[in-house]
Amino acid sequence: MAPKTLFEKVWVKHVIDTSLDLPLLFIDLHLIHDVTSPQAFTLLKDQGRKVRRPDLTFASADHNVPTTDRNLEFKDLLAKIQVETLINNCNEFDITVYDLDHPDNGIVHIIGPELGLTTPGKTIVCGDSHTSTHGAFGAFAFGIGSSEITHVLATQTLPQAKPKTMNIQIEGQMPEGVSSKDIILSIIGKIGTLGGVGYVVEFTGSTVKNMSMDERMTICNMVLEAGARSGMVAPDETTFAYLKNRKYVPKGEKWDEAVANWRKLYSDPGAVYDKTVTINIADLAPQVTWGTNPGQVTSIDKSIPSPNSITDSTKRTAAESALTYMDLIPLLNMNEIEIDRVFIGSCTNARMEDLRLAAKVAYGHKVQNNVTALVVPGSYHIKRRAEQEGLDKIFIESGFEWRNPGCSMCPGMNPDIAKPGDRVASTSNRNFEGRQGKDVRTHLVSPAMAAAAAITGHLTDVREWNYKGGVKRNEAFS
Amino acid sequence: MKPFRKYTGSVVPLNKSNIDTDIIIPTEFLKRTERTGYGQHLMYYWRFNEDGKPNEDFVLNNETYKQATILLSGENFGCGSSRENAVWALHDYGFQVIISPSFADIFKGNCSKNGLLLIELDHTQMEELYARERDNPAFSLHVDLENQIIQDKFGWTVSFSIAPSIRHKFLNGHNDIDLTMAAEGNILQYEKQRAFYMDPFVN
Ligand code: SF4
Repeated sequence: MAPKTLFEKVWVKHVIDTSLDLPLLFIDLHLIHDVTSPQAFTLLKDQGRKVRRPDLTFASADHNVPTTDRNLEFKDLLAKIQVETLINNCNEFDITVYDLDHPDNGIVHIIGPELGLTTPGKTIVCGDSHTSTHGAFGAFAFGIGSSEITHVLATQTLPQAKPKTMNIQIEGQMPEGVSSKDIILSIIGKIGTLGGVGYVVEFTGSTVKNMSMDERMTICNMVLEAGARSGMVAPDETTFAYLKNRKYVPKGEKWDEAVANWRKLYSDPGAVYDKTVTINIADLAPQVTWGTNPGQVTSIDKSIPSPNSITDSTKRTAAESALTYMDLIPLLNMNEIEIDRVFIGSCTNARMEDLRLAAKVAYGHKVQNNVTALVVPGSYHIKRRAEQEGLDKIFIESGFEWRNPGCSMCPGMNPDIAKPGDRVASTSNRNFEGRQGKDVRTHLVSPAMAAAAAITGHLTDVREWNYKGGVKRNEAFS
Repeated sequence: MKPFRKYTGSVVPLNKSNIDTDIIIPTEFLKRTERTGYGQHLMYYWRFNEDGKPNEDFVLNNETYKQATILLSGENFGCGSSRENAVWALHDYGFQVIISPSFADIFKGNCSKNGLLLIELDHTQMEELYARERDNPAFSLHVDLENQIIQDKFGWTVSFSIAPSIRHKFLNGHNDIDLTMAAEGNILQYEKQRAFYMDPFVN
């Protein structure tokens, strides 16, 4: 048999019909949330259809929820209606829903893996573009729109054009102070926001092999911003160790049988990708975006590029308008940019290792008086675990706010919105105009860089950080 | 979906690349549970000033373009979040066709499900289109999906390519779910032979 890529192995297993315009894919796991599902259910009901597989559908309230005291009334009536609509729809169609007060509640892309719903080889969809996160487990996972949500609810399938495959091979040892967030930002900077269009990206290479699951999830999460349909990493011992004993994974002999099958999910030697990109990260510096798309990024020890030096006219105009929006001037040193707010959270960077790295930076320091800094764990599991480890105390003593789980400042659609004109160092995935609120300027960074910025009040090279103890780096990974 | 075969409408030029879905419909307007009524908030931060009054400098607020139903735009239109609300907002506002050098992946899929036709032309053709518009502001274009051509009344014609699946669906006004249901037998059979570890394990 011809050698196959990881993606192809997952793809062929799920194509159930080829007689239609597009191949029809069976969907193993459908995650839904408060913001994109209401209209999908309306359409489903309008057409008189039922949910075909409620047992493969799971919901969490995460996007538009308050992260402050959950016992308080929702300040935003419409948000309240959205969450209630989600719960009512799930109850009506017998779908498991992790409501705001459920101990398993959290951001969909965080609780999927945490609960062991996300497993290798699955096809996973959700009405949120960062569904690619789940690809870190060797699943083919992608974001869908509301009509597609209806389609999956009604049929548990989705017509899909087959994407091309790209291999992004990452080599080199991760330098101190550099995280997987910096790697993916630099990749987007390199291949551009259109570089991945039409592709599903498989991340390979020694760096990826040595990454923890939290780190793999961060790169798969953000590969979307390079335009890719999804990202994937072949499952290995790291994957199985993460998943073992999670709530929804098989147990006992069944576990062994599942793992034996998952071990077959890798790209065969000699498998052909449509494109291959190799990146060495041994000399990588922490990355910071200066513009209004994630590809407008540079190293913390560099300055803002001058649009005049950009030869491509479209890119030059884009850079000029980005700098106007960002209220920045060319050639300004990145580490001189002062910030008003810090957000440590989102499905990109709100997992245990992210919080540990941020806490390690924060330990023994104080957030600048004029900076508002939020730490929003990705789920209640993470929140409880962080509290067991005392991270909450480190954050609170340093002057960070310690919140309840949710998307918070990432989508800018709940009370955690920034003020017009605010400049934010954010661990989320999008720095688009208006993403975090009208006229809000976003700089995407890693959790350690975000914590450092909160303390100094400006973007700061975390490689030169004065650590005062607390969480050790090697303890950050487990 | 209603069948879409031929369409004539006037154009509005918005020659900017990477117009993302946050610009098309800012997140703060996503809190509705309906599929309608998003047009009023289309490109809100561009269309309206801080005080809520229309931004007169923005092309959509220009009297000349008030009736436009065909949008000309820059590359990578519709990038960003998967929110289908972006498509509903464009449609609800009145756009029937968008012409650009390229569109974002998910946005494309969403449009195909809502009867909003996307046409890709290469950069040279786009430039010609913008130039023709400059000479005849808000000129009208005839889109013929059956023959895959665009024409103006002066006889200028350009052909475009489009995924056969999308063309077929638009011409026939097919509903995706009904098309899939025709494969019900295959779905049932697949469900029978699916491996146990593909299901959530419940004790
Ligand atoms: S944190 Fe942001 S990207 Fe992630 S699911 Fe929530 S809104 Fe989407």
